[in-house]
Amino acid sequence: MTARHSARQPAQSDPDALLLARLRAGDEQAFILLVSRYRTAMLRLAAGYVPSQAVAEEVVQDAWLGFLRGLNRFEGRSSVRTWLFRILVNRARTAGSRERRSTAVADLTATVDSARFDASGGWASPPQPWTDLVEDRIVAQQMTDALAVAMGDLPDRQRAVVTLRDIDGLSSEEVCSVLEITEANQRVLLHRGRSRLRQLLESEFGRV
Amino acid sequence: MRLRLPARRELVCQQAVELVTNYLEGALPPAARRRFERHLAGCEHCTEYLAQIRATIAVAGRIGPEDLTIDMRAAFSELYQSWRREELGD
Repeated sequence: MTARHSARQPAQSDPDALLLARLRAGDEQAFILLVSRYRTAMLRLAAGYVPSQAVAEEVVQDAWLGFLRGLNRFEGRSSVRTWLFRILVNRARTAGSRERRSTAVADLTATVDSARFDASGGWASPPQPWTDLVEDRIVAQQMTDALAVAMGDLPDRQRAVVTLRDIDGLSSEEVCSVLEITEANQRVLLHRGRSRLRQLLESEFGRV
Repeated sequence: MRLRLPARRELVCQQAVELVTNYLEGALPPAARRRFERHLAGCEHCTEYLAQIRATIAVAGRIGPEDLTIDMRAAFSELYQSWRREELGD
């Protein structure tokens, strides 16, 4: 007898495929594990759309309920987390448009302050080294803490892209799908966001 | 801001830093990629800049999810149970 592949096979190497199967079999623990895996990421993402942490918490809860309700419709064409984050972004957008944020921050920032280059475009004030400090466990923790705070100060779209890519480990394709943006746009936002974070680490930890 | 340079000339640092993400994303066409790497090979500051971007990504990767508190666990357990009841009710 030849083995036939189910049309509802989970997306290749989806890290959540097993938990999804357990959840579909009625395993509550699998749900709790999924929640622990993604709740923080979802909160960070939701915070970019809604005015307060409290509303973000509500949106996240609401998204999990939407996720459960849609369990039988999910066909595995995307990864579980892409699907989950898309539900979240939809809910967050709806909630965000009800409670409009007044602080629209422009995304237009140069990668590196142009004052740091000379007239010919070469470095006048080159990057001050700090990467070797990552080896020091205590300093590395300080850097991590500093970045966690700085993430919150990024313009919304930059923060969404940088957190999904660099903290939550989504691929660029997944991020484009979750946020409904183009690859090129994703790269621009990633570029600006990472550049700002690098600048912050240089300012705090770089030495002349 | 416009740099007064013909397109075919070698990159200057201020242009190179703008290409870092496209480089890391594998989004530079081959010729542009070679031009970027040529610049890096001769520029310690841009090499340092690229290393700092990579280190920034690595540091960001350490910002982990927080563990669920007991209260959170209970709240989501309740959410799950209410969904189950809703399913059975349908």
